[in-house]
Amino acid sequence: MNTEARQTAIHVAGLRKAFGEKTVLDGIDLTVPRGTVFSLLGPNGSGKTTMVRILSTLIRADGGEARVAGRDLARDPDGVRKAIGVTGQYSAVDGLLTGRENLILMADLHHLGKAAGRRAADGLLERFDLVEAANKTVATYSGGMRRRLDIAMTLIGGPRIIFLDEPTTGLDPRSRRTTWEIVRGLVRDGVTIFLTTQYLEEADQLADRIAVLDGGRLVAEGTSGELKRLVPGGHVRLRFHDLAGLDAAARVLGVTARDDDALCLQVPGDGGVRSLRALLGRLEDAAVEVGELSVHTPDLDDVFLALTGENENEKVTSA
Amino acid sequence: MTTLTTAAVDSATMLRRNLRHALRYPSLTIGGMMMPITILLLFVGVFGNALGAGVGGPAKGDYITYVAPGIILMAVASGCLSTSVAVCTDMTEGIVDRFRTMGIARASLLTGHVVGSMIQTLISTAAVIGIAVAMGFRTHGGVADWLAAAGLLVLLTFALTWVGVMLGLLANNPEGASNTPLIVQFLPFVGSAIVPPESMPAGVRWFAEYQPFTPIIETLRGLLVDAPDGHDAVASVAWCAGLAAVAYASSKALFNRKAPR
Repeated sequence: MNTEARQTAIHVAGLRKAFGEKTVLDGIDLTVPRGTVFSLLGPNGSGKTTMVRILSTLIRADGGEARVAGRDLARDPDGVRKAIGVTGQYSAVDGLLTGRENLILMADLHHLGKAAGRRAADGLLERFDLVEAANKTVATYSGGMRRRLDIAMTLIGGPRIIFLDEPTTGLDPRSRRTTWEIVRGLVRDGVTIFLTTQYLEEADQLADRIAVLDGGRLVAEGTSGELKRLVPGGHVRLRFHDLAGLDAAARVLGVTARDDDALCLQVPGDGGVRSLRALLGRLEDAAVEVGELSVHTPDLDDVFLALTGENENEKVTSA
Repeated sequence: MTTLTTAAVDSATMLRRNLRHALRYPSLTIGGMMMPITILLLFVGVFGNALGAGVGGPAKGDYITYVAPGIILMAVASGCLSTSVAVCTDMTEGIVDRFRTMGIARASLLTGHVVGSMIQTLISTAAVIGIAVAMGFRTHGGVADWLAAAGLLVLLTFALTWVGVMLGLLANNPEGASNTPLIVQFLPFVGSAIVPPESMPAGVRWFAEYQPFTPIIETLRGLLVDAPDGHDAVASVAWCAGLAAVAYASSKALFNRKAPR
């Protein structure tokens, strides 16, 4: 194995999958270096979960190649299973057992031995703030606690590559931040993370590289900075006291992107000091008074909406 | 660790999990026992005199001696339900996906269910036998007869547990998984469990004589009450082996093919 292959956690080439007539993945190529966070971003139904299910050996691809932890997915799925941990979209915990029993179940299935397994379970309960709830059945847990236990169960065998399928969907903001901290902690320990999400902020916060999946194809891939540069979404937003001010400013600046209800005008621009000064100078010369000003740099939302299909946009923004 | 010891260790882990479920939530097991016990109380305590007059042979007038083997079989058949529900619940919850992405022996999940369910069913069957004896069931069978009867009951439990696994894998949700085993539970009624098939109308009688539970009930009755019939014994073992083979093969195919949800 050459150096590059050793440094690669996940390598996928030309991966295809169809369910009946419907093509879900249409030739995916991607490479995830070891110890990095890779985020697959896409609207509902774009094929993110299918991608995770294939890479975590739950279903087989129809075509293409994939290597996970240096093992061929089709030829050595058991080898892959020994190196990975998976936290799926729906919680994979045993609701009839307690949190501690769930962790010990995992430890037993990893053949850690009785003493080591219990130590590992207790360590994870501590780390994931579940000590108090350790001896309560999981059925009584909140969504955030379930998710923390779910991730803890994934960690018990010490996997080097972890798949997280929409780990924060349905969580409240506090639990979401806790989950993010957990992910950052794993990365510090050198674990590779493959994360799917429909929250752009999450990808922006966590991922080293982001790929946008839409209609079974990767429509863009890069760092969040690189993706943001792909779309010209920057603008200055001006708010006026009255409609007359809005009209006057629109005339002076020759801008049509206006919102009469909010008395707002959207002027394209990067928000640099020089261009802002020039903009305000023109308005002052025309004796138009500006009530409020805000600068918008392009964010992943702009990228996402520009790159993914029109009809899916509504779902994403309302999610 | 060799593949075989891995499979044994993982199956034991899964068995511990299932027994813990059963101990913590005994309602399903107890619910399964309630049906044969209720029927025993109802048919012996309430209808016993009328029904006893209708059965012939050595049990004439002594209805509990006639019905007890049928009730014991019902106790075994009841175990099918909790197996089916437990398997289906596992398959529809995310946990099966977790097991499948781990490097564990694939068969261990079902092996754990089968062994765990068999232990539960055999315990509840023993309890039902105890209640029948307490209510006046007297057998003429010796130790060898009882051992043979126990062997047949274990074989039947094995077969019906796999039927339960199969029904659980076929069902789309735990509600469905609790409906289909009712057929297995009620089948003994249309056999020789409660009354002799000879007393039934022609069409029903034909069905009652040839359905799988009748030779098994007759073999139990033969072993415990009067002389066993060799023909029924062969048919019983054949039915159990056949049911187990079909249910095992279907379960294996369903488990491997079923798209995990």
